[in-house]
Amino acid sequence: MTIVVAFSPDPYGRAAADHAARLAHDAGEPLVLVNATKGDSYVDKRYAHDDEVAALQQRLVTEGVDVEVRRDVVLDVAEAVLAVAEEEQARLVVVGVRPRTPVGKMILGSVAQRVILDARCPVLAVKPG
Amino acid sequence: MDLFLDGLATAATPTNLFFAALGVLLGTAVGVLPGIGPAMSIALLLPITFSVAPESAIIMFAGIYYGGMYGGSTTSILLNTPGESSSVVTAIEGNKMAKAGRAAQALATAAIGSFVAGTIGTVLLVLLAPNVADLVVKLGSPSYFAILLLALLAVTTVLGSSKLRGFVALFLGLTIGLVGTTTGQARLTFDQPLLADGIDIVVVAVAIFAIGEALWVAAHLRRKPLEIIPVGQPWMSRADWGRSWKPWLRGTAFGFPFGALPAGGAEVPTFLSYITERRLSKHPEEFGKGAIEGVAGPEAANNASAAGTLVPLLAIGLPTTATAAIILVAFQSYGLQPGPQLFTNSGPLVWALLASLFIANTLLLVLNLPMAPLWAKLLQIPRPYLYAGILFFASLGAYSVNFQAFDLALLLAFGLLGLAMRRFAIPVLPLIVGVILGPRLEQNLSEALEISGGDVSTLWGEPVAIVVYVIIALILGALAVGALRKDPETPAPDERPLARAGSNSNGLGE
Repeated sequence: MTIVVAFSPDPYGRAAADHAARLAHDAGEPLVLVNATKGDSYVDKRYAHDDEVAALQQRLVTEGVDVEVRRDVVLDVAEAVLAVAEEEQARLVVVGVRPRTPVGKMILGSVAQRVILDARCPVLAVKPG
Repeated sequence: MDLFLDGLATAATPTNLFFAALGVLLGTAVGVLPGIGPAMSIALLLPITFSVAPESAIIMFAGIYYGGMYGGSTTSILLNTPGESSSVVTAIEGNKMAKAGRAAQALATAAIGSFVAGTIGTVLLVLLAPNVADLVVKLGSPSYFAILLLALLAVTTVLGSSKLRGFVALFLGLTIGLVGTTTGQARLTFDQPLLADGIDIVVVAVAIFAIGEALWVAAHLRRKPLEIIPVGQPWMSRADWGRSWKPWLRGTAFGFPFGALPAGGAEVPTFLSYITERRLSKHPEEFGKGAIEGVAGPEAANNASAAGTLVPLLAIGLPTTATAAIILVAFQSYGLQPGPQLFTNSGPLVWALLASLFIANTLLLVLNLPMAPLWAKLLQIPRPYLYAGILFFASLGAYSVNFQAFDLALLLAFGLLGLAMRRFAIPVLPLIVGVILGPRLEQNLSEALEISGGDVSTLWGEPVAIVVYVIIALILGALAVGALRKDPETPAPDERPLARAGSNSNGLGE
């Protein structure tokens, strides 16, 4: 069984990745790390730099985690995470959740919320700290 | 000097200060965003000329022009994608500096260099433009005709890898300029009464710049995001100052004269400045790895060229870049014709504009130095939101020209032309300049022939005209020699030094 984690290069995504890696390591299961972007702006701060992803992957491999990284330009980031979970028959999806302001909730959607509601498997919500 | 002080008084009124501030803010914003440049923004803002006083609108447009030159460097340095065609060269060393952790110094030398060059350039502009205007006012129609011909030839042939594409664009522009019945006969009106008054240049400009770009972006919407380099407050050490001030001055020396010539604006001088700095540098080993001289020189050159561009624009009425062409349209929509008469007929306005350039330049330094990281946040705006806004303003602008739905159809048609031109790498500048200068070329020709009673020899009857024709002959000769020496079958090497950064590197010459 596989664990899928939605990664973004910020405290929330890193907390999720760390926690998922620990679970995968303890259970001896493969980990799939998804970092997708809609690619419709020149800069997407939730899309990790190549260097950061490489460093993270390196670190997890040396810790003994069987990790695979999926990075794509997709129509919808939440859909992309769900699709990977479906494809890998994931046992668990790990997402980082962030505090959102009322205005932010009105204007922006939440990848975490969509994943939590729509996933066919259990979802673990992780907070940093 | 009194004239200038009066101008300063006009420019410093709260209203005009507000418009100058608005202009530099907008200009910096569009400069930062790749694909959106000062030419497009001013084209979209042309409808405000219906309701805003002329000096306020022109002051704002000049602020946008100067601001675009500042903003482009931020994107070049932090993102390795030029925000403007004038900042293409800046990316070469600027991004290397940023990757080496010297983004703050690169941004600082760009902003301060732009300020120095912009100020010197504006001083030169103030000194030169009235004198050039005094000279030009003595010229007759034959000389004017020759100068316009030279300008059209120069903007077509100087830039871009393919002369053929340049001429395609030029003749498209001249053809669009022919439509109408201004000469008495109906030309290219296809019996449409709505075409009888000709095609409004505002519609053409908005379509080519805004609609064409929006369609192009829509066709390439999803791309892998670029890696932006985080940066704090820009600052420079003593050593950086010592290495920067000479490139600033040399860059200004390149930028100003090239801006004043119809040679496509900032692209040539920024490139020349870069090669010069590489040759003269005491640290040649740093070039290619992030040499501060390679940022300081070109960034000074592009701002000085913006000031230089205003010399022929104000004194002769000759636009040498796309942005200058659109500013010329703004003048015309107020019923003002830039040229030698402008200084005598609308002196207060011109001097207010010149004075406001100093204000704009200072505002830009104040805005850009501390706020560069903030400006970089603009790059996170999703393109669909950005271009939805642009399409909205484009339609509004085109419709407000005549309140005719027909203009919206024209807008779409020319927008598709703009898309096709981007697709086939046909430069936009010759088209826009052709639309604007074509009718004036014809008018001067018919004036000259009327005065001479149909005697064609009048066309080379003035010394200035002869000199200009000799220059034209030299350019054509050089072109012919170049074409003969190069095997026509081998494609020209791609002269765009960096990957396309929004279509602005597409020879727009902003």
